[in-house]
Amino acid sequence: MTMSNTSNNGSSAGWPLWEVFVRSSRGLSHVHAGSLHAPDAEMAVRNARDLYTRRNEGVSLWVVRSEDILTSDPDAKDAMFESPKGKDYRHATYYTKSEGVKHL
Amino acid sequence: MAEQTTSGGHLSAVLSPEDEAGQQRFDAIIEQDSRIEPRDWMPEAYRKSLTRQMSQHAHSEIIGMQPEANWITRAPSLKRKSILIAKVQDEAGHGLYLYSSTETLGTDRDTLNDQLMSGRAKYSSIFNYPARTWADMGAIGWLVDGAAIANQVPLCRASYGPYGRAMVRICKEESFHQRQGFEILLELANGTEAQKKMAQDAIDRFYAPALMMFGPSDNDSPNSKQSMAWNVKRFSNDDLRQRFVGMIAEQVKVLGLTLPDPELRYDEETGQWIHMELDWDEFNRVIKGGGPCNSQRMARRREAHEEGAWVREAASAYARKQQMKEQVA
Ligand SMILES: [Fe+2]
Ligand SMILES: [Fe+2]
Repeated sequence: MTMSNTSNNGSSAGWPLWEVFVRSSRGLSHVHAGSLHAPDAEMAVRNARDLYTRRNEGVSLWVVRSEDILTSDPDAKDAMFESPKGKDYRHATYYTKSEGVKHL
Repeated sequence: MAEQTTSGGHLSAVLSPEDEAGQQRFDAIIEQDSRIEPRDWMPEAYRKSLTRQMSQHAHSEIIGMQPEANWITRAPSLKRKSILIAKVQDEAGHGLYLYSSTETLGTDRDTLNDQLMSGRAKYSSIFNYPARTWADMGAIGWLVDGAAIANQVPLCRASYGPYGRAMVRICKEESFHQRQGFEILLELANGTEAQKKMAQDAIDRFYAPALMMFGPSDNDSPNSKQSMAWNVKRFSNDDLRQRFVGMIAEQVKVLGLTLPDPELRYDEETGQWIHMELDWDEFNRVIKGGGPCNSQRMARRREAHEEGAWVREAASAYARKQQMKEQVA
């Protein structure tokens, strides 16, 4: 979808979809809030402000075009996320003999 | 829940191996009461049914702005005007959350807009009733938003992830809507005789239409069963309705007003609230376009869309220009 597709008959057809991320307060990550349509990034940020932060929900916004996000294949998720399985030793709870030792 | 294996409703068709595997994964996710996400395989019937439900919901939020927007210029104080503007703006936001969630199912925004404006799509029948007096702003907030909340809270757990997440956001915002409405009525109820009468009159007119917002009895609601099997709907229409009646039956006492329902009572035996018979012929007539304000609401929606065309054009033109500048630089 290129910008030249944006129609000139008052339709918003072709306006790209943007994903909106909101940082709710300093020290926290930006978290996905939702999406919206806008003709460009600047308008996307303005619209995101009106749409997703009407009640002090955020101190910072990110917008990114939805089509620029690459998603891992949901059908392949078993293969994709299999490797940690059977690797309990990556978790502190695996180590039981030292239980009761202080500050460990 | 054995009937969930038929949740596609399309088992008569021959399934490809991918579809069969997809259906199995889908059934397992529903069985665990987990969430379906946009890129997951889902039965066509599930996609279609959710697209319809979510877009109707979005349209209702958008059309729902009108009865209250009608009173913004005539609000009795600056405070009330600010509150009303904030509420109407919230409803616009609710419509937009729901439209973008619906789009994740594969129908784009312009198609959804077009379905509303061409009159092919339905929206909640309640918004086809006129808002005649200032007290109606109170009755709408208390009863209409109240009924909407009762409907929407269980939808926060709908099996389709984007729908549930939109509903969580919406429900958080709705609670102020109901309270501001209740307080409008409370103020009027404690005002002059005429104000009190106006408040009672608004309740009298909105009571039955608000109860009908939960939809026809489930026995007459063919989609209910399937929707429950898919974990979209969690409670029956009648159950939600009687629970809502129970809540407002208590709340109305605080107002010192009454609900226009001589049959209203709590049935100890069944633990259910009993209310009067509702006029479903009227409901069907209003939904099909025969309500007092249907044509006015649609005309206003189209007009707003057309009058906003130049803004969208300007934004597109600006974006194009900026992009061209960037390419040259
Ligand atoms: Fe709403
Ligand atoms: Fe509302």
